[in-house]
Amino acid sequence: MSMKAYAAGLAATFTLLSASTALAQTQIDWWHAMTGANNEVVDTLAAEFNDSQDEYKVVPVFKGTYPETLNAGIAAFRANQAPHIIQVFDVGTGVMMAAEGAVKPVADILSMGGTEFDKSQYLAGIAAYYSRPDGTMLSFPYNSSSPILYYNKDVFEEAGLDPETPPATWPEVFEAAKKIKESGAAQCGLTSTWLTWIGLENFAAWNNLQYGTNENGLAGTDVELKINEGQFVTHFQNFADLAADDTFRYGGRTSEAKQLFLSGECAIMTESSGGLGDVINSGMNYGLGQLPYYPEAEGAPQNTIPGGASLWVFEGKSDEEYAGVAAFFDFLSQTEIQARLHQVSGYLPVTMAAYEATKESGFYEENPGREIPITQMMGKEPTENSRGVRLVNLPQVRDIQNEEFEKMLAGEQDAQTALNNAVERSNAAIQEAIGN
Amino acid sequence: MSPRVVFPNKILPYALLLPQLVIVGIFFYWPASQALYQSVLREDPFGLRTTFVGMRNFQRVLADPNYLNAVENTAIFSIAVAFFAMSIALLLAVMADKIIKGKGIYRTMLIWPYAIAPAIAGMVWLFMFNPAMGTFAFMLRSAGYAWDPLLKGDQAMILVIAAAAWKQISYNFLFFVAGLQAIPKTLIEAAAIDGAGETKRFWTIIFPLLAPTTFFLLVINTTYAFFDTFGIIHAVTGGGPGKSTETLVYKVYHDGFVNLILGDSAAQSVILMVIVIVLTAIQFRYVEKKVHYG
Repeated sequence: MSMKAYAAGLAATFTLLSASTALAQTQIDWWHAMTGANNEVVDTLAAEFNDSQDEYKVVPVFKGTYPETLNAGIAAFRANQAPHIIQVFDVGTGVMMAAEGAVKPVADILSMGGTEFDKSQYLAGIAAYYSRPDGTMLSFPYNSSSPILYYNKDVFEEAGLDPETPPATWPEVFEAAKKIKESGAAQCGLTSTWLTWIGLENFAAWNNLQYGTNENGLAGTDVELKINEGQFVTHFQNFADLAADDTFRYGGRTSEAKQLFLSGECAIMTESSGGLGDVINSGMNYGLGQLPYYPEAEGAPQNTIPGGASLWVFEGKSDEEYAGVAAFFDFLSQTEIQARLHQVSGYLPVTMAAYEATKESGFYEENPGREIPITQMMGKEPTENSRGVRLVNLPQVRDIQNEEFEKMLAGEQDAQTALNNAVERSNAAIQEAIGN
Repeated sequence: MSPRVVFPNKILPYALLLPQLVIVGIFFYWPASQALYQSVLREDPFGLRTTFVGMRNFQRVLADPNYLNAVENTAIFSIAVAFFAMSIALLLAVMADKIIKGKGIYRTMLIWPYAIAPAIAGMVWLFMFNPAMGTFAFMLRSAGYAWDPLLKGDQAMILVIAAAAWKQISYNFLFFVAGLQAIPKTLIEAAAIDGAGETKRFWTIIFPLLAPTTFFLLVINTTYAFFDTFGIIHAVTGGGPGKSTETLVYKVYHDGFVNLILGDSAAQSVILMVIVIVLTAIQFRYVEKKVHYG
């Protein structure tokens, strides 16, 4: 990883050196965290933009993982060396929003480019997540994803389940998982990546449950978590019970569990739609379904909330540079670019027009399941519970929750205790972070 | 009284010392003073709002039960790593010393792991023992042993200790081999003639004469376990499950660079600095007295 970072840094240095020879151009630095195929997409986009005009030059620089990129941006800002654009993952959104005076709202920048900024062009769920309570869009959604259900059709067949009908509700999922385990079709029935993002944040939105006070933090930074009640407890107690005999298996705090699914050990998995690429590459006979919900939850299924990352712009640059950033964002918003991004990468399209264009092209008929993350997010008008979760220290809170889940899955505590501890510790950490 | 060395030139000695002083200044005193300064401040990640809070960061850190947990983990981890890394290295060194044919090959092979970066060493062990993809993990599970370091804290601790100790064995081995070679063969032969068995010879002659090496390695291994094992822990467990493998150094990183609480993180590194200074002082003051430098 670090070799790669060095190589990227070295490459960036050369780019910087060669860029300085073309004095007429305004250089726009873009720090990002995309690896592999997604890194190529970033480079292609920058090259296409640079070729499309000669006033500005976008220079993408790979800065490591999401947290590393965020830290690099923060350190650079402190040293007055901030880039123009930085890619920040969803959990870092609260951190960036709290940094008033360090970031410039994207809504302001887009209107600086000369074109009028029209928020209604963007997918409502995504635009709302990256906006302030007053509606000002703060960052530019770049790669958004949404959690969905993946299942192994071969194992379903072997276990006597219908491979063409994915389980729709959590009780159905648990039933299927038990059947898979009992029949011996696979060693484990169910796994999940991101227990916090999928099991808590999206679980709350999808089942229309309150995650925390103050509209889950969207209306203000002073938040108390509400995740130790009702369906949350039932849900995680179900996981804990299934974990006792390996019907459910834990993979890790982020996307490690994907390995358990790809290796065929676990037959059902909830994972980000962004993980689709690896599943396709593995060549397995997979099926996709909506994220499961609880039928007894009122209003479920509601809508899911976006994950992934967005592009933030730092404060303190010249007007000319901001005009360049605006031009680049304008370029990224173009329908054909967005439609292509969506189709090759599995990320959600950011604009309505790109979604419509993809739909008309017949892409979804050819690739069933690829529309699921979008319909999940757009199916219903979001409620107070389902617009998203925003905390100034969400990374820290997720860690706390993960720690308690790990103790629970190891059989050291039941779901109620785990969630009580998580709430108590998270609330204390939030109060600390907002300075009380 | 040893005679004082006098340089004819007044400036030369300072000029000769300068490079070392500059390095120590840049890489130790400057960051250390920054840590001291940060530890009395409360700051948001971007440095937009800074308040002086005095000792409040220290109070909060010391009152945090997770900090106590990290102290415990560090104690268990460091003692275990130092013990296993040194005892296994000593055993290997004594064995390698006995070999007549192919001595060089054996030694080279045993020194090799030292050339591996901590993070890579961690990855190697992770690949072997990760429950999702590890070969050995698969074997353990097939044999009916519930191996799951992702959820079982004690197993995770065993895994990081094994990886950290394994990596340090080579270094210790190198020094033990050198130490063994420095022991005069005549002493051992004399003891053998007097009828002392192999075990007896080892504990009454070889081990005491190795004491300077052992003591040196004890200091080095403790510092290693405290500071240089970050990469291994980061790669293998990330401090989890729960907080069962979070050591003091890992907590400094985690609070500072993941949770972005710079004040707490700085306070912790100051405390850590004090702990290591005290530990080293104790080792030199008390343990060294028992060391026989022959």
